[in-house]
Amino acid sequence: MATSELTPDETREMLLQVCRGMQASKDRLSEADRAIGDGDHGVGMARGFEAVQRKLEAISSAAAIDELFRTVGTALLTSVGGAAGAVFGTLFRGGSQNLSDCSAFDAAALARLLTDGLAAVKARGQAQPGDKTMVDALEPAARRAQQLTGAPIGEALTEVAEAARQGMEKTRQMVATVGKAKTLGERSLGHPDPGAISTYLILTYMAEYASRDRS
Amino acid sequence: MHAKKIINNPQDVVDELLDGLVLAYHGRVRRLEDVNALVKTDLPTGKVGLLIGGGSGHEPLFHGFIGENMGDGAACGNIFAAPSPDVILAATRALNQGAGVLYLYGNYAGDNMNFDIAAELAAEEGIATRTVRIWDDVASAPPERIDQRRGIAGDLFVIKVAGAAAATLTDLEQVYRVTAKARDSVRSMGVAVRAGSIPETGEPTFELGDDEIEIGMGLHGEAGVSREKLLPADPLVEKMMQHILADLPFQSGDEVCLLINDLGSTTMMELLIVNRKVRQILDAAGISVHDTVIGSFCTCQEMAGFSISLMRLDDELRPYYDMPARSFGYTRA
Repeated sequence: MATSELTPDETREMLLQVCRGMQASKDRLSEADRAIGDGDHGVGMARGFEAVQRKLEAISSAAAIDELFRTVGTALLTSVGGAAGAVFGTLFRGGSQNLSDCSAFDAAALARLLTDGLAAVKARGQAQPGDKTMVDALEPAARRAQQLTGAPIGEALTEVAEAARQGMEKTRQMVATVGKAKTLGERSLGHPDPGAISTYLILTYMAEYASRDRS
Repeated sequence: MHAKKIINNPQDVVDELLDGLVLAYHGRVRRLEDVNALVKTDLPTGKVGLLIGGGSGHEPLFHGFIGENMGDGAACGNIFAAPSPDVILAATRALNQGAGVLYLYGNYAGDNMNFDIAAELAAEEGIATRTVRIWDDVASAPPERIDQRRGIAGDLFVIKVAGAAAATLTDLEQVYRVTAKARDSVRSMGVAVRAGSIPETGEPTFELGDDEIEIGMGLHGEAGVSREKLLPADPLVEKMMQHILADLPFQSGDEVCLLINDLGSTTMMELLIVNRKVRQILDAAGISVHDTVIGSFCTCQEMAGFSISLMRLDDELRPYYDMPARSFGYTRA
């Protein structure tokens, strides 16, 4: 039976699943980064989501939706380091800004999280679509979320993760112009952007939790 | 080929190099608790703070340039990665003596974002900050997009002037103005002969053939202006100097400071041969040299190659440049 929304407790469980998933994805992300960057993306993200997990486990179970996402952002900001920490920290902190009236996490809240998060990331990093960054996965995800605000949360997240995957795949055809990967210029062709992969994976782990069979 | 490194656990390199550096400062610099930030132990009340910083692994840049009439503190990232905002904020709090803090760092996406976030957090606490990003590498973008250029060894000259200005002027805006002027007066270009390696993995940061060089290549292996066969020193220096002189442009009658920087494992012998040719070119162009600095200041592990930096002096910048300075990595009597 599809659920329309997640309670704050379930939202926290969902984010803990993201933490476990991202830590397990360490080698995959580092390998992707070795192809076009300096090979430390997986290490940084695993370190970040380990810190997020500690914060979420320590937080009161009565935490509000916006507080949960802000906690994720602040922990990433202070533990990942480099450009990735600033970008993913900003995604969650910026995305949480207008969620204070949410008593549950539904598809409308997801759309707000991704739309506000995208705006904050663009303002911070000055990356535009087509620059071969995580924005190329995040923007189609945010756009899809805005079309699904009435859908059950599991269904919305599954579709949004798929949009992010397609955006991530398109980064293979792009030449990096910002960040460390611009080091390679044309040589970055053929490889997806590691930040775009992380964006897709985060949404996938959220979708996996929200779509699970509930007993 | 795997690099041979004198290290312990690869995860501990930053922690351990900072411990070693603090000891080498003999009490003049301390490490903040729980974050990788170093600050001067003696910070007079009312002094404008000068916070420098960036990724580690380029020693003595940045954390080796803390000291008398130099940086007041440094926020240190992991190897080749920007420091996070909490590190920068902790250093900002420690340096703020009521007159605010100037952020001075190389123009890289990660550094820009993390320092900007820290500046916003500092503003929320009522601490004033200003920012100067160093973009001296002429190979990294055309002049009309100068704000997309990378910061390389010219960092040293900008930090030198900023440190003197921050020790002299009491107003953050004035320190900002002089520092930005120094930044705008510096141009650099490098050449890579062989890659350095990432300490954690031992893997080279880029691939370059045995007989190849890349003119204009960045500190982390960023693409330069041309990849070619190894040249003798004189024609190589001629090519680099053409780019540097035409960019500002430096003109007959100008007075400059000259820095020839080793990227990690190029010998003093080679740097001196480079200096000989640089001076011939400057003499022929009618440009006088006020001071020459040659050595390892901005490195990328055992990367081989060098960079040339020129800073044009004027009556305002010269006294700041000439003030005595004392730090681990650079001293001027």
